[in-house]
Amino acid sequence: MPAAGVVLIVAVLLIVLALVYYLVSTIVALRQITAGLDEAIAGVVEIIEKSAPVEEVVKDINANLDAGVDLLEGLLVKKAGLVDSMGLVDGLYPGAAAAGLRNFPDSTAIEAPRISEVYTKGTLTLARLGREAPIAAASPNGPVLRNIEGGSLDARSLYPEARQSRPERLARSPVIGTNAPVQYPPSEARGGTPPGDDELEEKGQWAETAAEGIVPAELGGSDAPREMLDEDPELGSEALGETTGSDAPATESGIDPTAGDEADATSDGGPAPTEEGAEPDLKDAAAPPRQVDADDRS
Amino acid sequence: MTLWWIGDVLLIVVVLPVVIYLLKGVLDAARSIVPSVSRIAAAAQAGSKDLDAVPLLLTTQAHVKTTVEVVAGYGGSLDVIIDDAEEE
Repeated sequence: MPAAGVVLIVAVLLIVLALVYYLVSTIVALRQITAGLDEAIAGVVEIIEKSAPVEEVVKDINANLDAGVDLLEGLLVKKAGLVDSMGLVDGLYPGAAAAGLRNFPDSTAIEAPRISEVYTKGTLTLARLGREAPIAAASPNGPVLRNIEGGSLDARSLYPEARQSRPERLARSPVIGTNAPVQYPPSEARGGTPPGDDELEEKGQWAETAAEGIVPAELGGSDAPREMLDEDPELGSEALGETTGSDAPATESGIDPTAGDEADATSDGGPAPTEEGAEPDLKDAAAPPRQVDADDRS
Repeated sequence: MTLWWIGDVLLIVVVLPVVIYLLKGVLDAARSIVPSVSRIAAAAQAGSKDLDAVPLLLTTQAHVKTTVEVVAGYGGSLDVIIDDAEEE
């Protein structure tokens, strides 16, 4: 074979090799593209499926919101009138009146009144709610609804007189104790009667505790029925003592009634003097002074 | 013989480079598409994930309906207790 033929064969081989290399590489790249497109298509299909009901739902939401807007706009215009409505809207959202109300095309041409500057907050509502409210009543000074100062001051008169006139001293809280206008006598008496007014005045503040009484029996005081008390009340009648419930003298001889209200047990009462040499009744003997007192005196 | 050699030279110097150039262009174009397709697939998956909240629209729809019903009730009550604006 001539050399030229060999070179030709080599050249053709090179061309074929180049074709194989590049075509195989292209095939690989195209397969990658196919795989990527399959992935993308799956994602797009998912998007389409997920977004399919959106239109219907959003339309329904918009319809409901439209109904709400229609209702509120209609109510506002019905209650306040178209002109005042624009003033109220502009008072809440400055500049919003220029856009007007959706269902009232004429509202864009209305110059919004400065309602928020003329009415105190709620005055308009109060005026329309209460036909007898002072701000709605005829005033000799003219209507107050359009009067900034008058409207503000009249609104105050809607409140109770006690707060309005601001008295220096409001009624005090209920008073308890000795000087209370309403006295509640104690329900129980332990070892004596409740002190009266004279005794309280003489003995001072410490006697007031007894006058105010302690826990009433109906609330479970110590003289309440046993079924109302605890199983083991801390103090029983034996410890607290109780009144005798009779006028009989506590001592055998008693107090000499001839002394009257000035009777004194130390001089007008006690046992009769014993005979000379007779044994005295020791229960009536006076207790001797304590040793420390005797020492102090000496 | 001379023609043989001329043909060899043409084949090696002209045809082979032209074939290689063209094939390389096709391969480069194909390879440049791959990352773009990958980004498209990623974007589609992200978009699909973003739409996972779409079922919540049903809840929103129910809430809006309830809200409008409440507003209607409130407005109806106001219509009863507040006088209408006076006719001018």
